[in-house]
Amino acid sequence: MTAPTSTPKIQLIGVKKRFGSKVVLDGVDLVIEPHTSLVIIGGSGTGKSVTIKSILGILKPDEGQVLVDGVDVTRLRGSAREPLMRKFGMLFQGAALFDSISVWENVAFGLIQGRGMARAKAKDIAIAKLAKVGLSEDVAYLSPSELSGGMQKRVGLARAIAADPEIIFFDEPTTGLDPIMADIINDLIVSTVKDVGATALSITHDMVSARKISDHIAMLYGGKIIWQGPTAQIDHSGNPYVEQFIHGRADGPIKMAIKA
Amino acid sequence: MNIFAHIGRAVLGLLGEIGRLALFTGRSLAALVNPPFYLRLTLQQFVRIGYLSMPVVGLTALSTGAVLALQIYLGGNRYGAEAIVPQIVVLGITRELGPVIAGLMVAGRVAAAIAAEIGTMKVTEQIDALTTLSTNPVKYLVVPRLVAAVICMPILTAAGDSIGVFGGYLVATQNLGFTGSVYLKNTVDFATGSDIASGLIKAAVFGFIVALMGCYNGFNSKGGAQGVGAATTNAVVSSCILILATDFILTALLFHTA
Repeated sequence: MTAPTSTPKIQLIGVKKRFGSKVVLDGVDLVIEPHTSLVIIGGSGTGKSVTIKSILGILKPDEGQVLVDGVDVTRLRGSAREPLMRKFGMLFQGAALFDSISVWENVAFGLIQGRGMARAKAKDIAIAKLAKVGLSEDVAYLSPSELSGGMQKRVGLARAIAADPEIIFFDEPTTGLDPIMADIINDLIVSTVKDVGATALSITHDMVSARKISDHIAMLYGGKIIWQGPTAQIDHSGNPYVEQFIHGRADGPIKMAIKA
Repeated sequence: MNIFAHIGRAVLGLLGEIGRLALFTGRSLAALVNPPFYLRLTLQQFVRIGYLSMPVVGLTALSTGAVLALQIYLGGNRYGAEAIVPQIVVLGITRELGPVIAGLMVAGRVAAAIAAEIGTMKVTEQIDALTTLSTNPVKYLVVPRLVAAVICMPILTAAGDSIGVFGGYLVATQNLGFTGSVYLKNTVDFATGSDIASGLIKAAVFGFIVALMGCYNGFNSKGGAQGVGAATTNAVVSSCILILATDFILTALLFHTA
C-alpha cells in the first residue's frame, strides 16, 4: 500500500461487527484515496455489504472507527448525519427503486426530498442524468416495474449520481445481468464516476467487473482485509486466497461453509 | 431439553420485543413533531386508510346493528323488556361495537397492507435507499400513516355508529313492530355526548395501534416473500389483540369502573 499523499476520502480503522454470535467483520482496516475507485472482492456472506452499510451508517459498528474526509462519523446519528449523507450516492444490488413513483421522480428523489429543490428544476436534472446513463425522456414517465433489470440498474445509477455525490457506492452492480448488459453497466460506472469526479467504493464477486471498474482491489476474507493493491497487481498477489478467488477454484485455502 | 431454559428464552424474547416496540414508538412520536412533514403522502394515506375502508366498516356496522337489535329483542322478550331495544342498540354501538368492529376491520385491511408494503420495501432495500437519499424513513413512511389512521378512525367510527344504529332501526321497524318515530326518539333521548365521545376516543387509539403495528412489523420483516408474509400476519394479529386489550383498559379508564 502506498503512503497516503492527502487525507483519505474514507478510512476504516479496526471496524468490527457481529450479529448474535456470528462475527462478520473482525477488524477491517481500509483506506480509500480521493478520486480513486476501490473494489472489495470476497465470497458471499463475507461481510462486503456489511462493510458498505457500516460506512453509510445503516449499520452501527460494534467497535472501530469510520472516517470520512478525516472526520470520525461512526457515532453520528439523526439530523447530525444529514450533511454527511449528502456526500454519498449508492447503487443498490436490486436497484431498490421506489415502485410507487415514476422513474424521473426516483432519480429526482434526493433532490426534492433530501434537499428541498423545486420539482420542475429537479425534473430537468433528472432527465439530464437519465440521458447520461443512456435513457431517453420517454422512460422518465414509466413506472420502475415496467423496466427490465438492466434499465432498472441504469435508473438506479442515475439516481445515485443525481445530486453529484462525492462518494458513490456500488453493491454488486452486475449481479443478475447478462454479460453484455453487465459490460455496458461497467462502462457507465467508469464514465459516470469520472464525470462526477467522485470516489467510488464497489463490492462484487464478478472479477470481470472488478478489473474493469477499479484502480485498487481489496479482498475481504474471514472478517478482515487480507490483501489490497493496485488492480494491475492482482494477478501477482502471491496470496493463495486471492489466487483461488480470482481464478474461481473449488480447491484451495478458502473452504466454503456448506453448513450455515 | 431444559424446561427452564425454554421459559427463560421465551421471556427474554418477549421482553426484547416489547423493548424494540417501545423504541420504535418513541422514534415515531419524535418524528411526528419534528419537520419535515410530508403533506402529499399524508393525504394519500387519508384516501387509502380512511376513504377506502368506508365500505367494509359500513357493511359490518349495518349487520352488527341489525343483529344487536334482534338479540336484544329476543333476550328482552323473556322479561317483557323488549321495548329497551333502541336504547341498548345505541349504547352498545357507540360505546363498544362501533369502535371495536371498525378497529378490527381496519386492522385486517390497513395493518396488513401497511406491513406488506413497508416489508417489501425493507427486503428490496428501498428503506436503505431512502436513508442514502437523505430522507428519514420513519418520517417518510411511518408519520403519514400514523396521522392518517388516528384522524380517520374516529370519522370512520362516527359513520359506522350512524349506520349501525340505522341497521337496528331497520330490523326493529321492519321485523319487530317498532314505530319508526318512537324508535328514533328513544335513541336520541337516551344516548349522551359522552357515550359517543368515549367511542371516538377509543377509535383514535385503535387507529394509532393499527398504523403502528403495520409499520413496526413491516420495518422488522426479514428475508424474502416468506418474511413479508409473516410480517403481515403478525401485524394483523398483534393489532387485533392490542385493540381488544386496550379496549378493556380504556373502558375502565373512561367510565371509572375499575
